[in-house]
Amino acid sequence: MSPVLFWFFTFLMLAFATLVVVNRNPVASALSLVVTFLSLAALFVGLNAYFIAVIQVLVYAGAVMVLFLFIIMLMDLKAERRRKFNLLAVGGGVLVSVGFVGELVLVLGRFKLGESPFPALRAEKIDDVREVGMTLFTTHNLPFQVIGVLILVATIGVVILSRRELK
Amino acid sequence: MAYIVPRPKLTFAEKMYLPSIVAGMAITFKHLKRMLKGETKVVMQYPEEKWDSNMPEHYRGAPTLVKDDHGRERCVACQLCEFICPPRAITISPGEIPAENKFAKVEKYPVEFKIDMIRCIYCGMCEEVCPEQAIFLRKDYAITGTSRAEMVNDKEKLYEMGGVFDGLIHKWNPKK
Amino acid sequence: MDFIHSIPWFLIFASLAKTIFIIFLVVLPMVSYTVYAERRVSALIQDRVGPNRTGFPLTLLGFKKDFSPFLGGLGQPVADAVKFLLKEDFTPGHVNKPYFWLAPALAMMPALITLAAIPFGSVLDLDFLLIPLGHLFGAEWGHGPVKMIISDMNVGLLFMFAISSVSVYGIVLAGWSSNSKYPFLGGIRSTSQMISYELCMGLSAVPVLLVASSSGLSSIVNYQVAHGWLLLPFTDGSLTLREILLWIPIAIAFVTFTISMFAETNRLPFDLPESETELVAGYHTEYSSMKFALFFLGEYTAMIAGSALIVVLFFGGWHLPFIPDGSRGGFWGAIFGFVNITAFFAKVAMLLVVFIWVRWTLPRFRYDQLMKLGWLYLFEIALANIFLTAGILAFT
Repeated sequence: MSPVLFWFFTFLMLAFATLVVVNRNPVASALSLVVTFLSLAALFVGLNAYFIAVIQVLVYAGAVMVLFLFIIMLMDLKAERRRKFNLLAVGGGVLVSVGFVGELVLVLGRFKLGESPFPALRAEKIDDVREVGMTLFTTHNLPFQVIGVLILVATIGVVILSRRELK
Repeated sequence: MAYIVPRPKLTFAEKMYLPSIVAGMAITFKHLKRMLKGETKVVMQYPEEKWDSNMPEHYRGAPTLVKDDHGRERCVACQLCEFICPPRAITISPGEIPAENKFAKVEKYPVEFKIDMIRCIYCGMCEEVCPEQAIFLRKDYAITGTSRAEMVNDKEKLYEMGGVFDGLIHKWNPKK
Repeated sequence: MDFIHSIPWFLIFASLAKTIFIIFLVVLPMVSYTVYAERRVSALIQDRVGPNRTGFPLTLLGFKKDFSPFLGGLGQPVADAVKFLLKEDFTPGHVNKPYFWLAPALAMMPALITLAAIPFGSVLDLDFLLIPLGHLFGAEWGHGPVKMIISDMNVGLLFMFAISSVSVYGIVLAGWSSNSKYPFLGGIRSTSQMISYELCMGLSAVPVLLVASSSGLSSIVNYQVAHGWLLLPFTDGSLTLREILLWIPIAIAFVTFTISMFAETNRLPFDLPESETELVAGYHTEYSSMKFALFFLGEYTAMIAGSALIVVLFFGGWHLPFIPDGSRGGFWGAIFGFVNITAFFAKVAMLLVVFIWVRWTLPRFRYDQLMKLGWLYLFEIALANIFLTAGILAFT
């Protein structure tokens, strides 16, 4: 991927991620999040990870965010009103984020593997769908099955919860 | 009293919808095929085919004025049609027939006779009311114009459309 | 200079040529003539004549006679387009403007993007033209055969699902930003309908992936060229027991996939989002002029992309029995390449006629019936079908 494209999509992603928080209209926030997901998918494409890029679009942009939008519209949320600054809350927020960034810097600085450069991507096309499938069903078979069972349990739980009649 | 409509018992094939969908599609395909073969009778393709040949006798088209077999305009400007006309489409300005004219005993004739075809509703009341059998609804139906003025038929136009009619009433015939 | 030589000019030029060819020369004209076919076929089915008059008004250009091609009315799409462009583009005062303007673009674009993954022909080798032409300019222009697919991804099928799942935003935003109740109801209906049927569509395509053992659309076509079309396995001249056994799940997959495709493209009998009798015109009630036309075009482009996907998955893509692909080169290679492209779009056109035929046969479903059909029947059938296919593949 050309560096121009990389920086373009990175900038797009970060800008729209900021907009998600800054926007006062919930629908605008949700749509900004969609753009963020799409540019993230573009970055995945830059890494030749087509499968993850497509799944990113399919699941997050195509299904999850549509449901979000659906619910926002059904609840008819109005634009958020500007509130007065609560000095305590702002201070706490700043403290937490500074702490988190400091922790990140500390941990990543000591992370030896993070300093070594990644091997260059193979020039030829990778059949990444096949490779992801192979890895899932051989090396990581057990976690894969466990996650499957977890999701099944969650699904059944949701069905039971939603079918219970209110008394 | 409530009446319970018994639900019909559906067979498995009926529940599947698919057989009836296929049957429905067969029906529509039959219509499509018959149309393509030209077996279905469709409506008249207007500008190419016209009504003229199969117009019924009693058709009420554009109102026109007629002359009798001596070339005299039958209208005597009695203005009955002008008064009966529901949308007031007819305008007549009556005049006197000069004494030297051989039809002088008729006394009146229309100096102007205008029918506004934008207003005309083709009801035929003018034809019905006319004591002289001077106004008739002919079979012209494609009446078009590009301005309001063009849609008003004046006397010449009305006589041109109407032509000659040798009617039953001959009371102004000089021979009688 | 080195920089200029490093750019793969031929690749860029070829991709551009393919994109322009497929979008502006094939799909957009096909869209407008699908609209015409829709009106004409519906008329024929209902024992009417349909639009049979609009020719090309050559008299305006000084010719003696207007040109009305053989069936008459073939100028209708041109007239429609001109009408759409010249109508007043009215934006109601009560709408949410930015989203109201964004929605038609979002409805149209995904449908066009999905076309990138469709293999619409085998290969085209124009070297016999390009090499002499290049010599005229003193350059080497021969590059061998070019694949007739804009982007040959190994996730082509998933790519198409992903992009078409994004197309729901156009409808949702149109419904929401119109700020009026009928469009809103249309938008809501469309959201839940598309989410429900996306699942069925994805699952019912899985048997095809299992059989062809790839999710790249061009490799699926190549498998069908080698082993016969999936739905008509005798097209390669042989019929094995495995093919006969596999035909059962493939046929089920075809039916469920087609039904989900109808729901996904909002076609009758599943056009609940714009059902005229209930919701005026659904999500595009407040739109006029070219903005409405974009919704219209988007819907029909999605229909073409959907038909193309069905052709690729079940009817062998560009393949016709006994006609080779264009890889042999030379004049005849190019001819065969074009025959393949024509065969592909002929198949798509036939499926479009089926789409239209179904639309004018079936009445609309009720909304709860639609949801019940999607979640309780198609979803389960598609799921069971995957196991059936996997079983047959494992034991034969």
